[in-house]
This record gives sequence, structure tokens and C-alpha cells, in this order.
Amino acid sequence: MSSATTTEASHSPVEGGHGHGHGQHAPFLAHHFDTPAHQFDSAKLGMWIFIATEILMFGGLFVAYGLFRGQETEMFHQAHERLDKIMGAVNTVVLLFSSLTAALAVRQSQVGDRKGTTRWLIVTLLCACIFLVVKFFEYQHKFHDGLLPGHYFTAHLAEHAHNGHVLPYRAHMFFALYFMMTGLHGVHVLIGMGVLSWALKRNLDGKISSRYFTPIEIGALYWHLVDLVWIYLFPLLYLVG
Amino acid sequence: MATEVEHAADPHGGIDPNENYLLAGKGIWSWLSTLDHKRIGVMYLISVILAFFLGGMFALLIRLELLTPGRTIMGAATYNRVFTLHGAIMVFLFIIPSIPAAMGNFVLPIMLGAKDVAFPRLNLMSFYIYVIGAIFCLFSIVSGAVDTGWTFYTPYSTTSSSSVVSMTLGVFILGFSSILTGLNFIVTIHKLRAPGMHWRRLPLFVWGMYATSVIQVLATPVLAITLALLAMEKVLGLGIFDASLGGDPVLFQHFFWFYSHPAVYIMIVPGMAVVSELFATFSRRAVFGYFAIAMSSLGLALLGFLVWGHHMFTSGQSEFATMVFSGLTMLVAIPSGVKVFNWTATLYKGSIWLTTPMLYALSFLVLFTIGGLTGLFLGTLSVDIHLHDTYFVVAHFHYVMMGGTVMGFLGGLLYWWPKITGKLYNEPAAKVSWAFIFVGFNAVFIAQFIMGSRGMPRRYYDYVPEFRPYHAFSTYGSWVLAVGFFILAGVLVQSLLKGAKSPPNPWGSAGFEWNTSSPPIFSNFAETPVITRGPYDYHEATEEELFDGFPEDFKKTES
Repeated sequence: MSSATTTEASHSPVEGGHGHGHGQHAPFLAHHFDTPAHQFDSAKLGMWIFIATEILMFGGLFVAYGLFRGQETEMFHQAHERLDKIMGAVNTVVLLFSSLTAALAVRQSQVGDRKGTTRWLIVTLLCACIFLVVKFFEYQHKFHDGLLPGHYFTAHLAEHAHNGHVLPYRAHMFFALYFMMTGLHGVHVLIGMGVLSWALKRNLDGKISSRYFTPIEIGALYWHLVDLVWIYLFPLLYLVG
Repeated sequence: MATEVEHAADPHGGIDPNENYLLAGKGIWSWLSTLDHKRIGVMYLISVILAFFLGGMFALLIRLELLTPGRTIMGAATYNRVFTLHGAIMVFLFIIPSIPAAMGNFVLPIMLGAKDVAFPRLNLMSFYIYVIGAIFCLFSIVSGAVDTGWTFYTPYSTTSSSSVVSMTLGVFILGFSSILTGLNFIVTIHKLRAPGMHWRRLPLFVWGMYATSVIQVLATPVLAITLALLAMEKVLGLGIFDASLGGDPVLFQHFFWFYSHPAVYIMIVPGMAVVSELFATFSRRAVFGYFAIAMSSLGLALLGFLVWGHHMFTSGQSEFATMVFSGLTMLVAIPSGVKVFNWTATLYKGSIWLTTPMLYALSFLVLFTIGGLTGLFLGTLSVDIHLHDTYFVVAHFHYVMMGGTVMGFLGGLLYWWPKITGKLYNEPAAKVSWAFIFVGFNAVFIAQFIMGSRGMPRRYYDYVPEFRPYHAFSTYGSWVLAVGFFILAGVLVQSLLKGAKSPPNPWGSAGFEWNTSSPPIFSNFAETPVITRGPYDYHEATEEELFDGFPEDFKKTES
């Protein structure tokens, strides 16, 4: 692992990899970086900044949620009863576990255990698949009950009564937010799976070593963001409504 | 780490790192697939100039239509589309990427003494994202265009039958280009400074780019989610911005301006960053209050996030909120004033060299001051009730955006032109074009200040005959402005075709980007430079040494 202190050292002009015509770079080291540690630090900083961007993107939806929940507390409560807490909880456990396995993959890549890295990355990707399958069944159920955003909302009609209750028409707002928030999160799950698959491929190709594990590290970092967003979505949508 | 090398790899893809970047790699494909920040900067430059031309044509059409009351050349529905396209193209396709993505890409790594930006592939990707976004916007234009104004306010945008979805998707995509450029610059500035380039030696252009990048990274995603919600509103009838479905149209305005007010600083801070360099170079003096100017850029970036509500004084916010936003808006005058006074102090007792870039920098100083001070009128609640949505607002933000950023852009373009192309341009002809642009610009917008203060509403197709002299004057000014731009285009084309070869440092600037050849070699510097002085240390060199190279630069020792 590197730290902020390595950047100081990496600016030393006598360090190797400078100038031209040497051709003496490690294969993974881009020509504008001094050392592998320097390159790793830069990649990690870039991913942290991207995570800040992502959080602000979700931030807009959280603000909308807070605003409309404040205006329609009772309706939000009624509507959230129609979400499946068990499925939501299962998905929460699955994602939390996948964050652990992602972290273990990083650990194994740092100590140079290529097989261990592959194993934990595959477990992480399997967890992501389980999450999406559960989400698929949840969505399917919502579609069936007419619990849809906007024009497509029909849960206020008698044929969609639930335990003898129908939802008020304006409950479509809750489901608009539900689908936007979980949908955008689902897109991020897919992007995260793409990033982790890319990291897995680099590992299988033998590009990852204890000196170069940047793809695993930043892939896992992104995956933790995906997990983090869900940690907020689950209680806000499923538990407190 | 050189001891750990496994095998020799060619890091440059077969390109001689000491070759002039324009000649390193031949053919169109070597440009389209380049990872070189300089070539990506040039491709951005060409793109934004094309966007500026397109947006400018729409501006001329608006002015021509408003020459006389009633119909002059187009119907009202067409007029709505033309002013929307002028705004959307100028904001999203020209001004936001103009200085950061085009000039920032080119000079920022060289100023830092780096070989490239931190993530060259991401840099190329952000250019292609820009191109894809631009294609969506152009598709929107040919498939019916947009008539909502560039702000896409609901419920105009949700009820309009024009091509809103493809335009918002285009802007959504352009946003990611902006985010990735900002991200790249932040990491580059943190991680790729040459030895000796500590934070107090960063050129002010870099400080400005840093502040801009922070805004790009933190504000743009909010626009992205807003436009995604707007598109979903159109497609699914989501209702979040629709009062009849239980939503809130004012929420759209909050979301939109939470991005778009900081975006104003994405536009103006780079202009300030460029003129800070110009004032130093052409006054032959260290910038007065270097650290204050650097920090005021960050101050603007911070305050930019706290004042979005001043766009909505008449939209039904609470009175308390309008008071808070009005008060915070006044604070913006502090960092702006810090800059203006420090630039003026830089000029004082400097040996001023009135080149065309310097003329643009001085224009910036005057016009931005007018634009900034009229902003205070608009930030004052009682005055804003009268001036809201009049031509006064239009004139105000054009004085900032065009009088500020575009003047900075043109000044920077001419200043770095020899660096980018390796050619000199015709200085007297450039001065003539500056005179046309300066006079034309003021003619267009001073007339708009006057009629705005007398109540002429913005975006109206028709007007009462009393406003006719002002509108006519403004339109005549737009023709003078257009002539100025065509002369400038001629100057630049002539320079490209027949311009004399530029020496490495034609301006005798102490800026680090002039330490390398013009145009720079592929890897920017033959050896990683060691920085031993500040970027404005004019007192350390004689006039000849400024042109031939600082004596300190050869010692390579840290004092």
C-alpha cells in the first residue's frame, strides 16, 4: 500500500523513468508518471473524485425524496407498506457481503495471490447477480400491482386493492421516486459489475501483481460506493417510508 | 523503481518524444486516436470555435429579427427556437468547454512541467463524449429544435412539443465530458507537478482551472440528475416537476440553478485565469496579490454553490430565502473585487506592452467590472423585482459571459496561438479586429441595458415602438461585432497559411509554458524541468533574458 508520503518521494528528479530514450519502464507504468506508487495514488484520487460526483448525482434524488416525504408523510407511509421488506433486507445483506468480498479481493491482490483475487472477485460478481435477480422479482411484482410511476400508476383502482385498501392516486409520486432511485442504483450495479469484470479480466490475463493492483483497488472502491448508496436507499424507502 | 523493470517497453507508441507535437504521428487517425493532451486540446479548440460560429449565427438572426417591431424575417415560433438554440449552444457547447477543455488541456500540463494530464485515455474519452453530446444537440436542432429557452423550465419543457428530450440528453452527455475533464485536471494538479512546483508557485491560470474543476465535478452531476428526471417526466409522466400530479415546478428551478449558477463560475473563472496570465506577461510585473487572486478563485467556487436562489426571487420562494440568497449574492462581489483591484494594481507602474492579447485583457477588466456591478443591482431584492426578466438581465450576463469569458478566451487564443501553432499572426490586423469586437459588443449591450431598465422584457418576439431605436442600435452593433469576428478569423487563417515562424517565447513571458519550444515537442520537455522560481519573477531577468530564457532555469538548483 502506498500513502500520501510516496508522492513527495516520487517527485525526486533522480528517480528512474525520467527523460527519454531509456525505454526502461515497467510495462504498466505510463510515461508521464515517475513511479508505480505515483501512478497508483493518482488513479485512486481520481476514483475518489468520481465518487464525489456520483454522490451529488444521487443527492438530487435524495433532496426530492426529502421534500415530497415532508409534504406527504402519510401517503409515503401508506405507499411504503407495499414494498417487500424481506426482499429489500435480503438484498442489503447480499450487497454488504459483496463489499466484504470485494475488500478481500483487494487484499489478496496486494499479497500477490492471483487465484484468491479471482475467487473473491467472482463471489462479488455473483452477489451482484443475486441482487439484480431479487430486484427483478421485486420490479415484476410492482408491475403486476400497477405500482408504477406517472401515467402507468393504476394501484388506486379497485382491482389492485391490497388487503382491502387502495392507494391514493398521488402515491404515484412515491413510486416515481422509488423507481428513479432504485433504477439509477441498478444502473450503478451494472456499471460496477462492468468495472469488476474488467478488473477480473486483467487479473486472469496476469496483469495484476503485488506491485500493480490498481484495477482491483479502484474497482472495489467503486463497488463500495454502489453498496453505500443502497445502505441509504433501503431504510429510506423500505423501512421509514 | 527503475531497478524493478521487467522488460523494455516503448511508452510512446513509436513516436519520437522530441518531435514537434504537430508532426509526431501523421494522418487524421493519429489525431483521432491521440492521447496527447495538446492534440486533444486542439481538437477541442476546433470544436468550440465551430460551436461559437453556430451560436453566433443564431445571435445575428435574433438581432436581425428584432431590428423592427413585428415580423422582420421569421415567425414567432421560429424566433423562440432561435433564441433557445443560441443560448443552449453558447452555454453547453461553447463557453463551458471553451477555456478549460481547449486551452486548459493544452497549457495546463505544460505549466506544471508534466508530460501529460493524469489520465490521457479519460481525456480522449471526454472529448468523444463531448462529440456524442453535440451530435444529440444537433439532432435536436434538425428534428424540430427546442423552444423553451436554454433553461428548460418546467412546465414549458414538459408541455412543449419541440425536440426537448434529445436536447436534454445531449446536455446530459456533455455534462459527463465536463466532469471527466475536471476530474482529470484536479488529479493532474495534485499529482503531476514538476519538482519544485509547489502550490505557491502555481501559475494563476492553474489556480483558476483548479477552482473551475472543483465546480465541474461537484455541480454537473446535479444537472445530470435534473435532466434525467426531466426526460423521464416527458417519457413516463413522472410528475416530480408537475404541480397537477403532486410535483413541484419550482423544484426544477432549484435543481437547475444549483448546477447552473455554479456553472456561471465554470464560465467566468477560466476567463479570469487567462487574463491573470496576460496582465503579468504584458505588464512585465509579478501579479500583485498573487495569493489573494488564487484564493479568490476558490472563494468564487465556494460562493457559487450558495447563491442559486437569486435566479428565483420572483418564483415563489419564501421571503426569508430570498433575503438569505440576496445577502449571499452580495458576498460574490468580494472575491470579484479582490481580483479586479489586484489586476489594476498589477498594471500600476508596470511596463505595459499593448499587444492584442493585452487589449483583450484590458477589455475584460472594464467589461467584467460593468457586468459584475450590474449583478449587484440584480442581487438587490427590490431592484430585481423591476429588472427581473428584462433586457437588463440579458445585458448583465452578456457583459460577464461575453465581455468577460469571451474576451479572456480571445486574449488567451491569441496569446497562446504561437505556442499552439508555432506561427505568428498579423498584430495590426488583430488590433483592428479587436476594435470592431470591442465597439460592436458595447453597442449591442449598452442599448440593452437602457431598454431593460425601461422595462423591455427578455425573450419577447414583439415590442412597443418606443423601444425601436434601442433595438435597432443593438442590431447595428451586432453587425459591427460580426465584422470584427470575421476579420479575426481572417487573421488566424492567414497566420496558419502564411504566418512567420514563432520563436519559442515571442512575448518574453516568464510563464513556464514558454520554457519549451513553440510548438512544444511531443513530450513537452526533453527533460523533466526543475522549477526554481515563480511564474511571474520578471525582476529576476533582463529584457533579453526574458526572450532568450531565464538564467535561473539552467542552474537546476533549489534555493
